[in-house]
Amino acid sequence: MEHSGKVAPIIECRNVSKTFKNKGNSLEVLQNLSLSVRENEFVVLLGPGQCGKTTLMNIIAGLEPATSGEVFFQGERVAKPNPKLGMVYQTTALFPWLSVMKNVDFGPRMRHMPRKERREKAQHFIDLVGLTGFEKAYPIKLSGGMRQRVGIARAYCNDPAVLLMDEPFGHLDAQTRYSMQDAIERIWSREKRTVVFITNNIEEAIFLADRIVLLTNCPTNVKKEILVDLPRPRDYVSRGFLKIREDISKIFEITK
Amino acid sequence: MNKVEVRNLTKSFGDLLVLDDVSFDVKDGEFLAIVGPTGCGKTTFLNSLTQIYDIDSGSILLNGEPVNLKKHSLAYIMQEYSTMSWLNVRQNVQFGLEIKGFSRKEVREKAERALELVGLTQFRDYYPNQLSASMLQRVAIARAFAVQPDLLLMDEPYGQLDLELRFKLEDELLNLWRKLGTTVIFITHNIEEAVYLSERILVLSNKPTAIKETIENRLPYPRSVTSEAFVELRNRVTALIKWW
Repeated sequence: MEHSGKVAPIIECRNVSKTFKNKGNSLEVLQNLSLSVRENEFVVLLGPGQCGKTTLMNIIAGLEPATSGEVFFQGERVAKPNPKLGMVYQTTALFPWLSVMKNVDFGPRMRHMPRKERREKAQHFIDLVGLTGFEKAYPIKLSGGMRQRVGIARAYCNDPAVLLMDEPFGHLDAQTRYSMQDAIERIWSREKRTVVFITNNIEEAIFLADRIVLLTNCPTNVKKEILVDLPRPRDYVSRGFLKIREDISKIFEITK
Repeated sequence: MNKVEVRNLTKSFGDLLVLDDVSFDVKDGEFLAIVGPTGCGKTTFLNSLTQIYDIDSGSILLNGEPVNLKKHSLAYIMQEYSTMSWLNVRQNVQFGLEIKGFSRKEVREKAERALELVGLTQFRDYYPNQLSASMLQRVAIARAFAVQPDLLLMDEPYGQLDLELRFKLEDELLNLWRKLGTTVIFITHNIEEAVYLSERILVLSNKPTAIKETIENRLPYPRSVTSEAFVELRNRVTALIKWW
């Protein structure tokens, strides 16, 4: 393992394959994919649309079984969903009948954490994502970017060891997206967690990642890994940034 | 000659003043990009031009006369998907061509070519509810390109597409623009995209929207997004609208 060193990886996928079967047709989505993530590492999985990224995320989270191969989380085989793995989805899955505060403190509430404690905790993350003052608002009153912030605060509030983020900014406009990338960068620097982040946006990947894992198209496998060794917060048009961007574009054969 | 002339355009929704006395021209055959902060009223402008909204005051002229959707050849690609759910992909793309009265054969051929362009040939018999978000947007793009309009209005058309397809369609749009001499008004949040495509960039202010600055973009085509001149222009436009 290139990145494991002496420390055991927090997540390890070994030869994971996944085939969907439907009325005699079968579609191989993941093929013998191996991948490991170290503790507190920010890993971005970057690949084209419809390449099986979400399927891989679901398998890591224990939401879906692999056809063959194994996934380990903190050394144990993943067989079912684990609250230590927090998910942030492409479209925010907020509870529309709950306020921002109640959405964020939902996890601790289900685990019967005392009210005062869980409210303080939720407030901390609401402040961190920049939604101070919106605690009582309902999701319908919020913009797309704000809803994603609630989803992120909620995931953090569960104290996950790993955050799995599946294209959380895919539906946001380019400018809101930049503001969210800033927010994620700031939160991650202050609340170190292991993050596995899926995107099809090259700039977003370079801005956020310690390491970018480039995925091939269906059936998906690891094409290449790129360490991003640029100081944070990163500048989208710095020479080093543009160089990595060009390298990745070449690997994906995107000419421009 | 001016293709579009906007004079003192004002539009509000109730108490909310969105467009505040906006005036500008678009030359015939020009590629104009309009950028501005999120929620500044860019879409409202296109909806006013296409008469989806009534305007409060001012005027919009096309070829020197009031906009007449029956007479003028324009196509509008909206931000949200605007496919007709009861028509399959091919019928959606053929829709505009049929209205324009092309022969059956021509309708077929032009639609096929447009479908090929956006990579939807094998999905021609699918219905919109069977398609992904990016595919729906490609249907709308094919429908607009198929009629080869002389004014093409595009509202953030590539925002939801993956990068590879976005780059491909940006280049395809440039080809179409040069080949047909189409006038293009292209609205985007993406500053890199605006600098890559356009000859002139209109930078809008926050609501109530006015024109903050007009920037000529004389970088030679084809442009490189990593060249120094490109990055400089991109930074200049970013600085004008940055709110995040």
